[in-house]
Amino acid sequence: MFKILKYSFYDLIRSRWSYVYFLFYLALGFVLLFLNNDVSKAVITLMNIIIVLVPLIGTIFGVMYFYNSKEFTELLLAQPVKRSSIFLGQYLGVAGSLTLSLVLGLGIPFVLYGLFRSDAIFDFSLLLVTGAFLTMIFTALSFNIALSNENKIKGFGYAVLLWLFLAVIYDGLFLMSLIVFEEYPLDTFSLVATMFNPIDLSRTLILLKLDISALLGYTGAVFKQFFGTNQGFLVSMLMLVLWTVLPIWRLIHKSKQKDF
Amino acid sequence: MKYWQGIFFMVCLCLGHSLHAQTITICPSCETKSIKEGVEIAVDYDTLLIKAGTYKEFNIHIDKPLTLIGQNLPIIDGEDKGEIITVTADGVILDGLKIINVGTSYTKDHAAIRMIKNKNFEIRNVVLEKLFFGIYLEKASHGKIINNKIKGDAVDEFGSGNGIHLWYAKNIEIIGNEIRNVRDGIYFEFADNCTVKNNHSHNNVRYGLHFMFSNHDVYENNVFENNGAGVAVMFSKFIDMRHNIFRENWGTASYGLLLKEINDAEIIGNTFEENTIGISIEGTNRIAYNKNNFIGNGWALRVRGAIYGNTFTNNNFLYNSFDLSYNSNLNDNVFDKNYWSEYTGYDLDKDGIGDVPYRPVKLFSYIVNRTPETIILLRSLFMDIIDFSEKVSPVFTPDNLLDANPLMKKAGSKEPQLAVKSK
Amino acid sequence: MIVIQKLHKKFGKNEVLTGLDLNIEMGGIFAVLGPNGSGKTTLIKGILGMVVPNKGNISIDGHSIKNKWKYREGINYLPQIANFPGNLKVKELIRMIKDLRQKPSDEEELITLFGLEPFLNKKLATLSGGTKQKVNIVLSFMFDNPLIILDEPTSGLDPMAMIRLKELIQKEKKKGKTILLTSHIMQFVEEIADEIVYLLEGRIYFKGTIPALKKLTGQTTVERAIAAITTTPANV
Repeated sequence: MFKILKYSFYDLIRSRWSYVYFLFYLALGFVLLFLNNDVSKAVITLMNIIIVLVPLIGTIFGVMYFYNSKEFTELLLAQPVKRSSIFLGQYLGVAGSLTLSLVLGLGIPFVLYGLFRSDAIFDFSLLLVTGAFLTMIFTALSFNIALSNENKIKGFGYAVLLWLFLAVIYDGLFLMSLIVFEEYPLDTFSLVATMFNPIDLSRTLILLKLDISALLGYTGAVFKQFFGTNQGFLVSMLMLVLWTVLPIWRLIHKSKQKDF
Repeated sequence: MKYWQGIFFMVCLCLGHSLHAQTITICPSCETKSIKEGVEIAVDYDTLLIKAGTYKEFNIHIDKPLTLIGQNLPIIDGEDKGEIITVTADGVILDGLKIINVGTSYTKDHAAIRMIKNKNFEIRNVVLEKLFFGIYLEKASHGKIINNKIKGDAVDEFGSGNGIHLWYAKNIEIIGNEIRNVRDGIYFEFADNCTVKNNHSHNNVRYGLHFMFSNHDVYENNVFENNGAGVAVMFSKFIDMRHNIFRENWGTASYGLLLKEINDAEIIGNTFEENTIGISIEGTNRIAYNKNNFIGNGWALRVRGAIYGNTFTNNNFLYNSFDLSYNSNLNDNVFDKNYWSEYTGYDLDKDGIGDVPYRPVKLFSYIVNRTPETIILLRSLFMDIIDFSEKVSPVFTPDNLLDANPLMKKAGSKEPQLAVKSK
Repeated sequence: MIVIQKLHKKFGKNEVLTGLDLNIEMGGIFAVLGPNGSGKTTLIKGILGMVVPNKGNISIDGHSIKNKWKYREGINYLPQIANFPGNLKVKELIRMIKDLRQKPSDEEELITLFGLEPFLNKKLATLSGGTKQKVNIVLSFMFDNPLIILDEPTSGLDPMAMIRLKELIQKEKKKGKTILLTSHIMQFVEEIADEIVYLLEGRIYFKGTIPALKKLTGQTTVERAIAAITTTPANV
């Protein structure tokens, strides 16, 4: 597996897109910090970018890489290599290089700016951790989509749709159902609904740091228990791990049954 | 020998009497073993010097102008039997005592120190622990309460009393005290012309500072943090609030500052940081909010009910989840020349003032007012899109609620006072 | 020995293999023939484990290959369409495969044989079809393994390379290896194959030597014999 990972990783490191992605984050980090001169504000802007852009890029990159490396995959399949190693290796190659671009691209400007001397370091690290999780989750989801769809255009379409759904439409439906059923106690429902969307989940995790004062303004006991204690953080993290592991597990499972 | 001693004693007595300054020393091994005894034998203007040790006494009644000075913090242990020191005379000074175990009662407000209808007193360097009420002023005036430490062990509002309690008091100065874990740190009821300065009131069950029906008071440079709620100012007039810090007052109905039925107050140069609600405003008229910093609060300003003639100028609104929310009309109030960290406009003529107005009310804050659970969608892309469309063409938010001259840079020459976090 | 028992494979509604039985003895050159869509490639990919059969069993030397991968260490495979990762250089590709297989190899000789030296530092995406096929051949002959599977090895090759390929196959056969191949070029098959397996509609229509085939159909060339076999009843 590590050999596959190595080759996928090298392949990606050499491809133009990894650099574009890396440079994008680098530029973003510098612009946010040095034009604004305000770490707290930069962290908030970054959060908006991370929960929207990182999933999108993870999805598109994942699908693109999967289809483009079809030949590589077929070549490997005839070699004495375990199937799950091939896909896991490729997946980790993509997710790893994307995560690396994200962490380095944002990390360098922040470190140069003097992050270690600022108390925003925890917010920022949390931001990077969630960004990494989102990359892993959405790359895994997009690999699943690509694996199930031979047709490249179709696969691409589904992947973008998935992103659109989780990033925007889901919250729209969520909001509407909250307003429609506002007479009922909704705090358990809304927490559960959050768990089912990795983007919302990551957002909640960051809100726990950035907006805890607002979240505690709500009266429900379940909310209070969730946001007021470490429980919220632990549960969210656990769910994020689950969101990462499940698509990877399905990827391995499906790949074993697929014909090439 | 005996003769000389007699002379000396006589001289001292005469001098003491004529200068009003005889000192009576009290210690467990002295001639005078208890404070009550000391008070009894003392005459007006005497000083009782209380040496270190534990004195198990309560109901000490001081009815003549005495000075009680503790040496190395002697402990007066009330053994939960009731009130400990009651003062009814003018000109009493209490200094350097540690008073513990005030009896808790549901029918009587037992205090560690109670002042009744007296004036010109001073309470300083006193440490109060395990108390019900701490310092209780009943119709007292012209007193000073300085550098005391009051630490209760309150867990709920019912079985607990206030740290410093003023009832019908006038011209009192409360300076440099630390008050924690009581019901209200400082409580004012019908207390006029008082000053509250440099105090640190924290971790109290209810309010850090609480005004009821009190007028013409000033509080400045105090720190209120981690209280049930920071400061409540209710039914009072002409209160000056300056340079205080309100921090981390978290909770369902929690706020840095509550204003309820308040007229003609000034709120200047305060910092509201990481409170669930920075200022909760209900029915206030003619209040000037100037040069305050609202940093990282859930709601910087939350208005319930109609308010009139308030002006908000030169304040900094930084990274609050919501800058402003309200549930009825906000006419006749002015927002001008504030700095809003969420402002995204531009300044083409470089005069430091944004060329497009800022609308501090988001559509989302309406939705949250209506359905509180929607708070969980805070900062989601969907909400941002909705807020943006509302900003472009306002439907729900009133046209005239805006800051026409938003600042491009933070207001005030000084950086906001960001005190070091004490977590 | 490769034993295939009652192999079924469907792609969607399309049944490609319908209960195929086949035994291949070790040693010699076997050609799998049949029209397009008859299941040749599916059969080969089945042996390689790239296609998972719906029913039936494949075993090599007495061991079922289901969900196994280690046995591929003993197989050299030349895929029908030479698709390689375009980003890699020829040299890197060869190094990578060597790295994956961890076995002694003699790629130098093969590179010289097919005249690939000038292309070693070129990216695979820039190569012509024929050159890619040569690279393909190098990759599938560079390891010393008992089973060699060639899917359309002749496609895109110039006459010179074709001759080299034939020589190569004969050389491997002499070492006692088993070579399983598919091809459309009957002349090529006639020249090198010891035994022929003819597939039609997912079943074996004929299995035997070339002389046996000619005798059965009464034709003089393999091409004609193959054409004739579809009209005569199966003889397995």
